[in-house]
Amino acid sequence: MKKIYNKILSIAGNVITVKAEDVAYEELAEITTRRGRSLAQVIKIEDDIVSLQVFAGSRGIATNDEVRFLGHPMQVSFSDTMLGRIFNGSGVPRDGGPSIADEVIPIAGPSVNPAKRIIPKRMIRTNIPMIDVFNSLVASQKLPIFSVSGEPYNELLARIAMQAEVDMIILGGIGLKFDQYMYFKNVLEDGGALSRSIFFIHTASEPIVEGLMVPDLALAVAEKFAMAGREVLVLLTDMTNFSDALKEIAITMEQVPSNRGYPGDLYSQLASRYEKAVDFEGAGAITVLAVTTMPGDDVTHPVPDNTGYITEGQFYLRNGRIEPFGSLSRLKQQVNSDTREDHRAIMDGMIQLYAQYQESEEKRAMGFRMSGWDNKLLKYGKLFEGQMMDLSVNIPLEEALDRGWEILAECFEPGETGLRSELVKAFWPAERQETTEGKPAPKTEQGEAAPSEKEGGRKGDAGEKKKEKKTKKKK
Amino acid sequence: MKKNVGTIVGINGNMLTVRFTGSITQNEVGFALIGDERLKSEVIRIQNDRAFLQVFESTKGLRVGDSVEFTGELLSVALGPGLLGQIYDGLQNPLPQLAEEHGFFLPRGVVLEALSRETRWHFTPAVKKGDTVIKAMPLGHVPETQFSHRIMVPFYLEGEYTVLSVADEGDYTIEDEIAVLQNEKGGKISVSMTFEWPVKLPIDAYREKILPTEPLTTKSRIIDTFFPVALGGTYCIPGPFGAGKTVLQQITSRNAEVDIVIIAACGERAGEIVETMREFPELIDPRTGKSLMERTIIIANTSSMPVAAREASVYTATTLGEYYRQMGLNVLLLADSTSRWAQAMRELSGRLEEIPGEEAFPAYLESRIAEFYERAGLVELHSGDRGSLTIGGTVSPAGGNFEEPVTQSTLKVVGAFHGLSRERSNARRFPAIDPLESWSKYESFIDSAAISRARKFLRTGAEVHQMMMVVGEEGTSIEDFVVYLKSEFLDSVYLQQNAFNDVDAATSPERQKYVFDLIATVLGTSLGFAGKDEARKFFTDLRQQFLDWNVLEFESDAFAAAEKKIRAMIEGIADDEENLQ
Ligand SMILES: Nc1ncnc2c1ncn2[C@@H]1O[C@H](COP(=O)(O)OP(=O)(O)OP(=O)(O)O)[C@@H](O)[C@H]1O
Ligand SMILES: [Mg+2]
Repeated sequence: MKKIYNKILSIAGNVITVKAEDVAYEELAEITTRRGRSLAQVIKIEDDIVSLQVFAGSRGIATNDEVRFLGHPMQVSFSDTMLGRIFNGSGVPRDGGPSIADEVIPIAGPSVNPAKRIIPKRMIRTNIPMIDVFNSLVASQKLPIFSVSGEPYNELLARIAMQAEVDMIILGGIGLKFDQYMYFKNVLEDGGALSRSIFFIHTASEPIVEGLMVPDLALAVAEKFAMAGREVLVLLTDMTNFSDALKEIAITMEQVPSNRGYPGDLYSQLASRYEKAVDFEGAGAITVLAVTTMPGDDVTHPVPDNTGYITEGQFYLRNGRIEPFGSLSRLKQQVNSDTREDHRAIMDGMIQLYAQYQESEEKRAMGFRMSGWDNKLLKYGKLFEGQMMDLSVNIPLEEALDRGWEILAECFEPGETGLRSELVKAFWPAERQETTEGKPAPKTEQGEAAPSEKEGGRKGDAGEKKKEKKTKKKK
Repeated sequence: MKKNVGTIVGINGNMLTVRFTGSITQNEVGFALIGDERLKSEVIRIQNDRAFLQVFESTKGLRVGDSVEFTGELLSVALGPGLLGQIYDGLQNPLPQLAEEHGFFLPRGVVLEALSRETRWHFTPAVKKGDTVIKAMPLGHVPETQFSHRIMVPFYLEGEYTVLSVADEGDYTIEDEIAVLQNEKGGKISVSMTFEWPVKLPIDAYREKILPTEPLTTKSRIIDTFFPVALGGTYCIPGPFGAGKTVLQQITSRNAEVDIVIIAACGERAGEIVETMREFPELIDPRTGKSLMERTIIIANTSSMPVAAREASVYTATTLGEYYRQMGLNVLLLADSTSRWAQAMRELSGRLEEIPGEEAFPAYLESRIAEFYERAGLVELHSGDRGSLTIGGTVSPAGGNFEEPVTQSTLKVVGAFHGLSRERSNARRFPAIDPLESWSKYESFIDSAAISRARKFLRTGAEVHQMMMVVGEEGTSIEDFVVYLKSEFLDSVYLQQNAFNDVDAATSPERQKYVFDLIATVLGTSLGFAGKDEARKFFTDLRQQFLDWNVLEFESDAFAAAEKKIRAMIEGIADDEENLQ
């Protein structure tokens, strides 16, 4: 039996030290206080002085409280009976159900050998055009939602979870507000997905360090299920809370902070969690979707910044929409070549035009006169925002691509879109009509002149017409 | 010999404090023993009877009182035939073999041979009995993929040696003796095809370093034409996350006209290097007709792999590069990302409680970065021929702000700066190298006067654009407006390049010269338009023609036809202008 110690030497922050022998690095201990029991983990050993980080926080710990070393590092149970269950940040049931003791597995295990990884190839369809068309989500991807607090990020997370074709969902809540926790529970329950879900929930009212284990618990269990052939979607919300817990420990340990109080190893700490996303050849896969709230809407804040350097893209959620700028799925090129031949061109072309729209919009807001081109862009921007970006749009990829061409055709001449001629020939709605009608080219001019007349900007219209005449002459 | 064994007295993250009795060497390798696992570590500080070791593995489960075995050897890599095509971790453990023996996960405390002991190489001697040799001189050679791999006198042998015997032409393993050398004092040394070299010491077994002048062709137009890299030179690619550093390096690793490419995936995503690992064996190198993997070595120490090994990985990669340079080859080392390497140093420095510098990086950060890039270079070997090691490193500045220690220290020492901009990557203008901020000290294969004219267009174009944002399009003169359109045209058809189109992704120097010439003509022709809309329309059409042209095979019929159309367009408008004036 392991030794019990009754003399705590120091208590600072959530770290205590005891004099103890034969203790292993990262070993767990149990501390019994008047308030109950808490787990603690060895984070430093110097001769016989052992520092432990106490997950329930140090509040109320007395120097003569009992510290019992458990002889093993942090573990978690693993079993099919975990499905539909809810656990806390230490892996203990919080749903009143029985504890699970089938098989215990270590957490934060070794990383996957890169030589065993495969190139991800399966697209996860979400029916959200801003994802499917512009930034496709791919099985085994790790992707955060960057957002300020107050945005519906958990709603977005839940919606993707419900629509994604996966075998099971593991939700890791770190500092989750109680109502959000209930929200997830209800959405999954109503959607009939609770029975294929496992929750590890640390709520905002619990000591912050207790949230530290949540990602590791969720990912260790996910890894086991994926090895057994399951497609697992892991949701982590909110990783900024996780990082803040790391910061707190680092400061207590008097580590020199690197940036705004965060420890220098924040990158490695986050990476070792996110890199658990993987597609096991011949078995299942883990996809990680996380939430990273950005304090002060500042993407250069150390948490979103380090996260961006680790994950395979990010979705910016702003004003209830996924922003096209900054949002990026880095794995999209693995899948968007096999969808439809116009997928990539529409993706690039529409974004470039949307960027130009924003410039025109800026000019308009400053009171400049709008040229014909500006007016086309303004019209385009509105259509794009309303019919593509709005989160209420719920259509499959192919339909979204068709809609893209419609929007373009409604606003521009083919040449103005920068899209390759052969694609225009195949997909441009007006032309498609013509070819079916068997009529030759010149009709294009009409097709395009029409919408610009509706625009209002008189000067622009005139310019447009003159221009068309001129080019015709040159031909 | 009795083993030199110390005792662990402290554990803090991946750092051990070890009490020792005998004598130990700075940077020597030790093994922390836990059950039958041997955790490789390196001595990084010695203080009285205590040594501080960074462990290249997780320290979970170690205890005070556990033993550390010192080896007396510095952290080294094995050199010899068989390195090409390999995939190693930062300490030269072959990852595919690890996977074969241990499955999905990286086991702790396992060290495998870096080079096969069984493979037989066909050795042809280049010296005979009685010859005098010095370090790095070839004793013979073996064919390794498409190269003649020189079997050299080990680099650590100082002074002159007489060849006592050399193996006959035939097949040998790397462990077989292929020569016996005698030093001036009469001592005999047996030499095989492999030897070890400490990674942190530069290999300097050459006659002299020469200033790099010859361009290294990357086939990226914006690089080769505007911000070229030289064989034996250095360059860096700083940029915020997602700006395209890794993709740019991936493209370069495929297309660069060099003999050997070494890819150091240092603390970045595992998934990215997997793409290279899986795709390169399938891709054909147009220069040789062989698989690209045959000219490539991958060092993968990705972000979730142990941090200390990440620090070492950059040195491992450099040492392998220097080794092949000794064979008269042109080697390109691509390191992604040097910031992760710098962060590994920072983590270590923090655990050593060193006085931190800016952003908690150690005070010696700048000199470490300088030393690293200094290992690049074009050298003249003792044999008279030349070899080069070019180093290109990405930098991942915190917050995308270049005013930070790693970027700044790097900019002080490199020969070219390819700064990626968030603005350009957001606008999908790839590669997102900022044409106004970037620079290169090397010469391009395109006439420098023509380039400065083009750059002037980019600068003035940007100014006009700025101005238009303030005064609006109607407040801009038609002349200024055309300059803006021309700069945009240059940007979209030449600076931007489609990495996903097989033809456009790689532009040969000949094609670059050819196309750039035509673009220079467009820029140089004064065009008179009746109005801005007409001007815009003209350039929109011209751009379209050019983009279509860019994806056609160089010198094909279609290429010629498209070119004719473009030239006609330009002539058409130039005529118009003459009529108007
Ligand atoms: N040349 C290019 N052509 C097309 N798309 C590109 C190009 N370069 C980058 N991209 C796009 O940008 C994404 C990010 O690029 P990349 O992974 O190279 O960024 P990075 O600068 O290495 O980021 P990090 O610092 O986070 O590693 C890619 O996944 C791709 O979608
Ligand atoms: Mg990268």
